[in-house]
Amino acid sequence: MSARTLETTTPALSSGGERLTRPFRLGLLAGTVLVSLLLFAVTNLQGRADFVVFLVIAYAIVQSIASFTLEGRRYAADRLLSLGVHLSLLAALIPLVAVLSYTVVKGVKKLDVPFLTHNLTGIGPLDTNGGEYHAIIGTLEMVIMAIVIAVPLGLLVAVYVTEYGRGWVASSVRFVIDVMTGIPSIVAGLFVFAFLVIGLKQGYSGFAAALSLTILMLPVVVRSSEEMIKLVPDELREASYALGIPKWKTIVRIVLPAASAGITTGVMLAIARVTGETAPLLLTAFVTPSTNTNPFQGKQTAIPTFIFDQAGQGQNITYDRAWAAALTLIIIVLALYVGARLLTRRNSLARR
Amino acid sequence: MAKRITAEGVGACYGSLQAIEGVTLTIEPKSVTALIGPSGCGKSTFLRTLNRMHEVIPGATVTGKVLLDNEDLYGEGVDAVAVRRTIGMVFQRPNPFPTMSIFDNVAAGLRLNGVKNKQLLEEAVERSLRGANLWNEVKDRLGKPGAGMSGGQQQRLCIARAIAVEPQVLLMDEPCSALDPISTLAIEDLMTDLKDRYTIVIVTHNMQQAARVSDSTGFFTIDGPGQPGRLVEIDATEKIFSNPTEKRTEDYITGRFG
Repeated sequence: MSARTLETTTPALSSGGERLTRPFRLGLLAGTVLVSLLLFAVTNLQGRADFVVFLVIAYAIVQSIASFTLEGRRYAADRLLSLGVHLSLLAALIPLVAVLSYTVVKGVKKLDVPFLTHNLTGIGPLDTNGGEYHAIIGTLEMVIMAIVIAVPLGLLVAVYVTEYGRGWVASSVRFVIDVMTGIPSIVAGLFVFAFLVIGLKQGYSGFAAALSLTILMLPVVVRSSEEMIKLVPDELREASYALGIPKWKTIVRIVLPAASAGITTGVMLAIARVTGETAPLLLTAFVTPSTNTNPFQGKQTAIPTFIFDQAGQGQNITYDRAWAAALTLIIIVLALYVGARLLTRRNSLARR
Repeated sequence: MAKRITAEGVGACYGSLQAIEGVTLTIEPKSVTALIGPSGCGKSTFLRTLNRMHEVIPGATVTGKVLLDNEDLYGEGVDAVAVRRTIGMVFQRPNPFPTMSIFDNVAAGLRLNGVKNKQLLEEAVERSLRGANLWNEVKDRLGKPGAGMSGGQQQRLCIARAIAVEPQVLLMDEPCSALDPISTLAIEDLMTDLKDRYTIVIVTHNMQQAARVSDSTGFFTIDGPGQPGRLVEIDATEKIFSNPTEKRTEDYITGRFG
């Protein structure tokens, strides 16, 4: 016992060349793969997924044993944890890359200029032409309207909660916003449907859809902006007050610019979230094969509802249209994101 | 330009906690007044009551009178924002605005108070940077971010920013405690220059600094935890450091306490 204590408190500075070198580990891995293949060939173990799981566990055990005997406990634990971290990274990346690449592969087949410039008026179930022009118009109009309403409103609420609100009013506003974050999108759609579409007899419209998107966007904008504004140190506010700059100007010219990069990220996440919403749009704007540029009257198709509609028709050509539209949606969100990033980078001086 | 400050029975609270009580003193124009004392004795709090920065903290209140020449800063109808424009402040840690360039930092006070004339701003920026002994170091990179400079330069930038709005009084809350000795020396020299034009009040933990730069020194102390801080005495710096009236001051200065 005493010898062990001594060993851990005064470790040898040199590991004496007994470390598991990279070629050694590759050899271990190759050995494990061979043995696993052999086991899967001769025993009743089978299946590709099973093989991967078996291999990972087997290699973790083999490496730990080798490391423990050759290098000691601390190295073994370090290697095991490092293996776990890298595998988790891989596991997280696989679905991401898979979704993106599969959408690109499937989507480019139909994504051409006619597809972007035509709608689906007069297109029968087996026609191969037709496109998503009307859906792009719909998505852009709805999302832009939602942004125009939700972003200024959300920012002002965030400023109220962080800079002005005190006591029970502020905390109840915060509570309501938290609850709103959890509203299922279909409920937001149902509310606008019951209130505006049916209740006030306004009928389906892009504006109604934008309102339901606003309900979903608002809490995300408020919460993320609030967190970012809170991160701005009080010292900056005090420095500004000490120059005799009024509070509202301090907020507009000092606090918000300092938080702008984070606020933009939050707003972008909110936009990305609502751009892909489908359920509330079905209840508020429905689907139509024709182009409707007036968001205040009549049915309007958005890209997500276009995808929903086409994928549900079960023909090869409608599947292709759905994939192409999915790719368009990803491109639009990506373009918005990159655009917003460039905008804040240009504004924040610290990055120059 | 420089004005006299008179405090009459000033007390300050954070919620129900009384931080200072019954502070009465006079700060002469065109002089440097140092406030010394142990941590938590309320000297920074007192400094912040002088330009109504104390009330920025939620729940903070002030009692008593603070007169700038003959005008009560806490009188009815007095605008706290206008008070802060008249009485500038430099903080413990340099806090340049991170999104602004050196030029914009110095111009911020004027620009955000409505000065738009470009020539006027350029003149004020150069005058203030010269005043803060920073002009020669930064004149070729006025467009660069203020946060990219050394700590000492940042603090001088903050001083330039404070004097750009041409205040009557400059309050400094431990302006050198985050700086190395060379930057400290630069700031101390600057204070000596600035007192020709401004009334300066400096809070410091460094007694040698108080002895070096100030004309008069006030000693604050606190009787115990939870007790309010009080002004023990204020007198000419020479007298405080050689022959103070109060025993407690002598104990503190000779290092027997605090």
